[in-house]
Amino acid sequence: MTDKQREHLKNRIAVVFAWIVACIFFFPIFWMVLTSFKTEAQAIAIPPQLFFEPTLENYTEIQERTNYSKFAINSVITAFGGTLLALLIAIPSAYAMAFNTGRWTKDILMWMLSTKMLPAVGVLMPIYFLAQKTGLYDTKGLLVIIYALMNLPIVMLILFNYFREIPKEILEASRMDGTSTYNEIRQIVMPLAWGGIASTALLSIILCWNEAFWSIVLTTTDATTLTSFVASFQAPEGLFWAKVSAVSTLACAPIVVFGWLAQKQLVQGLTFGAVK
Amino acid sequence: MNPTLVRWLQAPSIIVLFLWMIVPLSMTIYFSTIRYNLLYPERTGFIGLQNYEFFWTDPSFFPALLNTLILVGSVLAITVLLGLAISILIDRPFKGRGIVRVMLISPFFIMPTVSALIWKNMLMDPNNGLFAFFANVIGATPVEWLQDMPLASIIVMVSWQWTPFAILIFMTSLQSQDQEQKEAATLDGAGFWSQFRHLTLPHLARPISIVILIQLIFHLAIFAEIFVTTSGGPGVQSTNLTYLIYIQSQQAFDVGVASAGGVFAIILANIVAIFLIRAVGKTLTV
Amino acid sequence: MNTLRNTALGLTLGVAGASMAFAGELTIATVNNGHMIEMQKLTPAFEAANPGITVNWVTLDEGTLRSRVTTDITTKGGQFDIMTIGMYEAPIWGERGWLQALEFSDAYDVEDILPAMRNGLSHDGTLYAAPFYGESSMIMYRKDLLDAAGMEMPDNPSWGHIQDAAAAMTDKDNGVYGICLRGKPGWGDNMAFLSTMANSFGAQWFNEDWTPALDSPAWNHAVNFYVDLLNNYGPPGSSGNSFNEILALINEGKCGMWIDATIAASFVSNPEQSQVADVIAFAQSPQAVTTRGANWLWAWALAVPAGTNQAEDAQKFIEWATSKEYIELVAETNGWGAVPTGTRQSTYDNSNFTDAAVFAEAELKAILSADPENSTQNPSPYTGVQFAAIPEFQAIGTAVGQQMTAALAGDITVEEALEAAQEAADREMRKAGYY
Repeated sequence: MTDKQREHLKNRIAVVFAWIVACIFFFPIFWMVLTSFKTEAQAIAIPPQLFFEPTLENYTEIQERTNYSKFAINSVITAFGGTLLALLIAIPSAYAMAFNTGRWTKDILMWMLSTKMLPAVGVLMPIYFLAQKTGLYDTKGLLVIIYALMNLPIVMLILFNYFREIPKEILEASRMDGTSTYNEIRQIVMPLAWGGIASTALLSIILCWNEAFWSIVLTTTDATTLTSFVASFQAPEGLFWAKVSAVSTLACAPIVVFGWLAQKQLVQGLTFGAVK
Repeated sequence: MNPTLVRWLQAPSIIVLFLWMIVPLSMTIYFSTIRYNLLYPERTGFIGLQNYEFFWTDPSFFPALLNTLILVGSVLAITVLLGLAISILIDRPFKGRGIVRVMLISPFFIMPTVSALIWKNMLMDPNNGLFAFFANVIGATPVEWLQDMPLASIIVMVSWQWTPFAILIFMTSLQSQDQEQKEAATLDGAGFWSQFRHLTLPHLARPISIVILIQLIFHLAIFAEIFVTTSGGPGVQSTNLTYLIYIQSQQAFDVGVASAGGVFAIILANIVAIFLIRAVGKTLTV
Repeated sequence: MNTLRNTALGLTLGVAGASMAFAGELTIATVNNGHMIEMQKLTPAFEAANPGITVNWVTLDEGTLRSRVTTDITTKGGQFDIMTIGMYEAPIWGERGWLQALEFSDAYDVEDILPAMRNGLSHDGTLYAAPFYGESSMIMYRKDLLDAAGMEMPDNPSWGHIQDAAAAMTDKDNGVYGICLRGKPGWGDNMAFLSTMANSFGAQWFNEDWTPALDSPAWNHAVNFYVDLLNNYGPPGSSGNSFNEILALINEGKCGMWIDATIAASFVSNPEQSQVADVIAFAQSPQAVTTRGANWLWAWALAVPAGTNQAEDAQKFIEWATSKEYIELVAETNGWGAVPTGTRQSTYDNSNFTDAAVFAEAELKAILSADPENSTQNPSPYTGVQFAAIPEFQAIGTAVGQQMTAALAGDITVEEALEAAQEAADREMRKAGYY
């Protein structure tokens, strides 16, 4: 076998392997969505049914019981709002740190991360009291603020990483041209780091979407998100596998779809190999 | 760049996080030194370190501490190594790569409570779950996952969710790797492992540190999976520090002791972080 | 600081659109079981009869609900106008004055509510929560399997008889397990069952001086029996099994017997979800040395936090939701087999109900025989059958439950588990200042 043929074979094996691994990872999700179209009896049946007559009864029952769209809209507002706020604060900061790395940069980043070391359940009462005193209890605004603060350290760390990967020469060239800092950020850094910013935004949105502690504890009726929606179907009395699958599918579908669409952005953004 | 400008740009994030840290933290420390139980609002008063003493004299305290470390260590090892392997595996063009990518990162989109429910009921259940079914098909006894290996089961669940996170970060970082350098190395006769050690790994050093640090923070506070599946049991085999705090906070409603527990959690996190930073932190500002 | 706060408030109001509680808007926190879900669906009937009142539902799983309402009521958060609480909270909160005393019209017929329910939800004779659903525990067994083994099931069988029956019904090769019991750790999970089993062996949670009594020979006897029973005749994975898991098992025909909440009867005898609907029979809970406390008593009830400004409307809703008329409404909509049970004597006197619900007689007998004031063989200082109505019990019950699960899973011996449980209980009681 020639070298080229060996290379080709290795590649093909790798691709097959990649597909297998991907299917393994995806399988529980596939199974969950499948189960959501079964009746409760079918859901617990042994042997597990791959082919069956699908039913929409779980989804219709959920629609009857709850106002899915309200939960979904709240999730969207709080997740995107929190992410936007975090990015607004983090982008200039991470930019400044990445291109002016000093003695304290690492320590500042570590300190930022350390603000997340107190588990939510340990700081429940202080935050609860603050929410009550400021009158922000059960508002989307409160969740937006909390999410932004919770994710800020992570957003900072990841953005810092992506900004660091921008070659310094490009910036030096632009500075020699006399571009202002604002323009530098807008016209040079952001397009180059776009893939990184997009990944960071995606991550932050996911973390906000799935945040299941504050979104339940600090809301009652107005600001409830999809995590409360899931909680209201969790562990009821009686058979519930199919229903919980349907609830989960509904709760995760928007973010999964969004993630799939955003994927393209991540790929398009990066052309570093070609930049040089 | 103008140093004053640098400071002004950095200021908002630092100020905002400082407030976010200092206010809840000081309240927590305050609560941890007083008698404060929601169900006995009339009982107040400064009691110094008594809450701390109650928390650490709990026979479950050291097992919980150990479990926390095991959980964090195992999940970190699995997710980083697997994440590296898989992202390198898919770092080549092939038809359907987009779909494979999406399938690989999907688990991270799922809510932890949902994921735990799926794993517990539909996969790991020794009577009706898929794993039991496959075991029976090949004639083996089904594993009683949550009963015999509760911590390992939790590790599996969390790793399933977080490996995609590592894949996402590494995958995006690999795309910014210098392709020309790699081609030149191949032409020079450098094999896969050689390239990996000398080109890829250094390029990924910073993302790896970042993944480790971020995941560290999250895994120290694993809660949803334990709450949904094992309730910390059997015994305290799957109880971690966060769960212990939960019991004090949401079952005993003892805010004083729960706050003391929170302070313990911060101390633990700091200790672990110091070790990790010593190991990987240098690469952060490389 | 004030201007800062006001600016912040203003900004967030602009972002979020703060809501105001309008007069006539009730917020109810409730648990996600079938009867409550039904009540949500029937709410338009209440709103139609009471124009000007709208009802907002907040539905959560039991654990989260309990956390939320407890935090809210103890911090006077005022988020909820009506709370769903259980027989555990009602006496404690009533005593502390956190709940409004409930007063009903004559038409409501408070006396119709089963005495055990009324007493369990009162303190010092005042009713603080109105039950919309009540339950006890009983045996559900496969009559066909028992007949095939040539055995009978008396009412209130002895635990020894249960063991024999389980042995006779077990057929592991065919996936049939003689007995299925709860094992998942939790004060309302495995401990709800284990408490009643221990009671029937003559054990109790606390001695009269409030020291924990988990080190007694009776507890040892009971837990050893439980562990042996499940290890020999129980299904795999018992230590993670709660109500739902066992329900799935028994509906598939995998359990010979199940001792659990009376409401389970409605699920297992429903041919739409159960493969064994027509061969299930019922009996009263087993006993060893006493029938006292051998079956538990629980109710989900609606209560009004003291100091809410919607007290009048809240009362109206509670009166509607726990009235005879409501039960009839559910019967009209879903049939008599689906009405909330365990609350009113009139339900059981109604032949429509007893015809539709095969478990009615056994359920009523179980409920009437449970007495939270006299739940142990020897005198005890607490009320409650499967729990002790003191605030410390939640944490204690959970810690003990964890140890019991460890014993069941075989990680430690029963003696070690009980020792650890005793120590955990002792710590909490000391911290709370009982002795």
